[in-house]
Amino acid sequence: MEENPTLTKPTTDDLKQEISLILQGINKDRENLIPILHKITLRFGYISSQALYEVSEQTAIPLSEVFSVATFYRMLPTEERGRHVILFCESLPCHVVGGREVLQALKAELQLEPGQTNPDKKWTLLTTSCLGVCNFGPVISIDGNIHGNLTPESLPEILKKYE
Amino acid sequence: MKTVRSMVLVSNDIKSKANASQEVIDAFNLAIKKLDLADEVAVSTIPEVGTVRSLPLVVIFPEATVYAPVKPEDVPHLVEEHLYKGREVPDLKVKDADTLRKVAWLTQRKGTLPAENKIVLKNVGLIDPESIDEFFAYEGGQAFATALQMTPELVVEVIKASGLRGRGGAGFPAGIKWDSVRRTPGKKKYVICNADESEPGTFKDRIIMEGDPFTIIEAMLIAGYAVGADEGYIYIRGEYQLALERVQKAIQQAREYGVLGKDIFGSGFDFDLHIHAGAGAYICGEETALLESIEGGRGEPRVKPPYPTTSGLWAMPTLINNVETFANIPPIILNGADWFKSFGTPSSPGTKVYTILGNVNNTGLIEVPMGITLREVINIYGKGTKGGQFKFAQTGGSSGSIIPAALQDTPMDFDSFRKVGVALGSGALLICNDSNCIVDSVRVLTRFFQEECCGKCVPCRVGTDQAWKVLTDISEGRGKIEDIAQLEWLCKGMEEFSNCGLGQTAGTPIKNMLDHFRAEVEAHIKLGVCPTGVCPMS
Repeated sequence: MEENPTLTKPTTDDLKQEISLILQGINKDRENLIPILHKITLRFGYISSQALYEVSEQTAIPLSEVFSVATFYRMLPTEERGRHVILFCESLPCHVVGGREVLQALKAELQLEPGQTNPDKKWTLLTTSCLGVCNFGPVISIDGNIHGNLTPESLPEILKKYE
Repeated sequence: MKTVRSMVLVSNDIKSKANASQEVIDAFNLAIKKLDLADEVAVSTIPEVGTVRSLPLVVIFPEATVYAPVKPEDVPHLVEEHLYKGREVPDLKVKDADTLRKVAWLTQRKGTLPAENKIVLKNVGLIDPESIDEFFAYEGGQAFATALQMTPELVVEVIKASGLRGRGGAGFPAGIKWDSVRRTPGKKKYVICNADESEPGTFKDRIIMEGDPFTIIEAMLIAGYAVGADEGYIYIRGEYQLALERVQKAIQQAREYGVLGKDIFGSGFDFDLHIHAGAGAYICGEETALLESIEGGRGEPRVKPPYPTTSGLWAMPTLINNVETFANIPPIILNGADWFKSFGTPSSPGTKVYTILGNVNNTGLIEVPMGITLREVINIYGKGTKGGQFKFAQTGGSSGSIIPAALQDTPMDFDSFRKVGVALGSGALLICNDSNCIVDSVRVLTRFFQEECCGKCVPCRVGTDQAWKVLTDISEGRGKIEDIAQLEWLCKGMEEFSNCGLGQTAGTPIKNMLDHFRAEVEAHIKLGVCPTGVCPMS
C-alpha cells in the first residue's frame, strides 16, 4: 500500500470486506465498473480514495482508470459530503421562473456557496443541470426528493424537515 | 385506436368573456355529449385573438371554418350541422374581412388538426405501468406479433415508408438507420434505447417510460427482429429513479411472460434486455459517449465515422434510437405507413411530444402533429403568455435554438425550421416573456455547456468556457464592443472543429442572440444598461 501515493491512510480490513461483499455476485469486468461504483456510493455516500483503491485491487482494473471513471460522473462523488445533499437546478427553465431568487435565498439560509459543505456536515449545496421536472420549477432535490414550485419564502419550511 | 377527427376552438379573451364565451364553450360540450361525439371532437380555447371585432369567435378544424360572433343559442344547431352532418352553416360564418385576416394564423392550418391525436402517449395515464396484463388489454404486443408474421426486410421497409424521423433532436430518418444496421454483417448486433434524457426543459422520455414502459420493450423487440439483434440495452439517466424502477419491473414481467428470452412465442427469435443506469453526465446522451459509458468508461464521444450502425457497442453493429422514436414503432407496424403519414407534414410525418414551460399559463406535456406553429402552441395549449408579451422561445433544451417572436408562425418541423436557421431540438418549448434578458438567458445556457462539456476536445472545452466568461462580462457591465466579434469567432470555431454535437451546437444560442437581439446586446455594452433590468451590470 505504501507505493500508492493517493492513499492518505491505509485501507482497513473492514473496508476490504465491505467492498468484497458489494462485489459479490457481480462479474468483475469493465462493463460493471459504473454499477459497482454506484453501489459503493449508495453504501458510503461517496467513494473514498481507499474505496477506489480496493475496487481496483479486487477487480484488477487499474487504479488510474477507476479514478478516471469515478471523477467523470456527477453521481459518483469522490469527496465526502454532508448528511443531506441539496441539488439546485440552474438550467434555464428554472432560471426564468424565479430560480435566481431561490438560489440567493438558499445560499443565505444555509450560509453556503455552491460546492461547499457546512462544518457540522449537515448540508452540501451543489448546483446541477436540469432534473427533468421543469413544469414545477424552480426545483431542488434534497437526497433525491424533489421539491418544486419554490419561492424564497417556502424554503425554510422545506429545510426544516431534514434533521 | 380512437382518433379525434374535429377540433373546436373558442376564443376566450376578456372581450369574448364579456360576450358569453364561457356559455358558448359549455354549450359546445353539452351538444357534443348529446350527439355522442365526445371521442371524436375536441373542444379547446384560445385566450388571445388580438383586436378582433366579432367575438366570441369559433374555429372548427380541419375545415378551418370561422364562425363569429357566436351566441350560446346558436351552438346546438352549429354542432348538429357542422360536426354531426358535416355541413357548414353559412349564416353564422364570419362576415367581416378584417377579422378573417387577423385569424389567418389559425385558418392556414386548413385540412389538418391542431388537436392532440395521441400516438406516442396513447397508453400514458391510461394503463397501469406496472401491469403487463393491462398493456396486453390495450393492443399491447399486437405490433410485435404482426412484425413476426413479416420478414425483417419488410419491417424495415414499413418504417422507411412511414418517413419516421428520429425524435432525439437530429431528425435522422429512422428507417435508413434500421436498414443500415440490418445490412451490416455481424455475428452479434445490439439495439439500444437512448433514455439519457438530460436536455434542459425536456422530460417527455421520462413520462413515456414512467407511463408506458412496455411499449418501449415491444418496440425494441421489433427493432431486434428487424435488424437481427438478440440483445438490447436501455440507457436510463441515473436521476430518473421512478423510470428506472418501472422499466426494471416491466422487463421482469416481460421475462416471466416469455416476451423476452429464448424462442419468443415459438418463433425461434431470441431477445433479452438490460438496463444501464447513467451516473450523471449530460454528454452520455451523445450516442457514442453512451456506448463508452455502457462499456464502463468515461462518457467521451468517439470520433465518427465509423458510426454505431457499423461499429457500435463492443465494435458490433448497433441500432440506437431515442425513447420517443421507439414509442412510434408499434403504432406504425400496427396501422401502416400511410396511416402514420396522415399526421404531420410530408417531410416530417407523425406527431411530436413537446414540453411547454416557462412564462405560459399552462405548462406541461403535449402531443401535437409535426408542423404546428409556435403561436398555436402558446395560445391553444399554453393558454397564452404570462406576465408580459412573448419575447422568445427556446426549443429542444440547450442544443435547440432561440426562436424570436418574429418566427412564431414558422411550422415546427425539421425542414421548415432548418430553412429559417433554427432547430427543433429534442422537444422542449421554453416560452420567455419580455421580462427576460437575452444576455442573461444565453449566459445560463452557455454555463450549462461549459459545465457539461466532457473535456475531450479543445474547441469545446476552451470555447464554452471563454464564451461563458465573455457573456458574464457583458452581463456585469464589463463588456467591450470587440466582445461581439470574439463571440462570433468562438461560435464558428466550436461549430467547425468540435468532435461531437455538444460542441458543434454550443454556440447556437449565442448565434441566435446576435442574429435576432443584437441591439439588446449592444445596449449592455455601449450604454451599460440591461434593458430588462435583469443583469447586475455592476
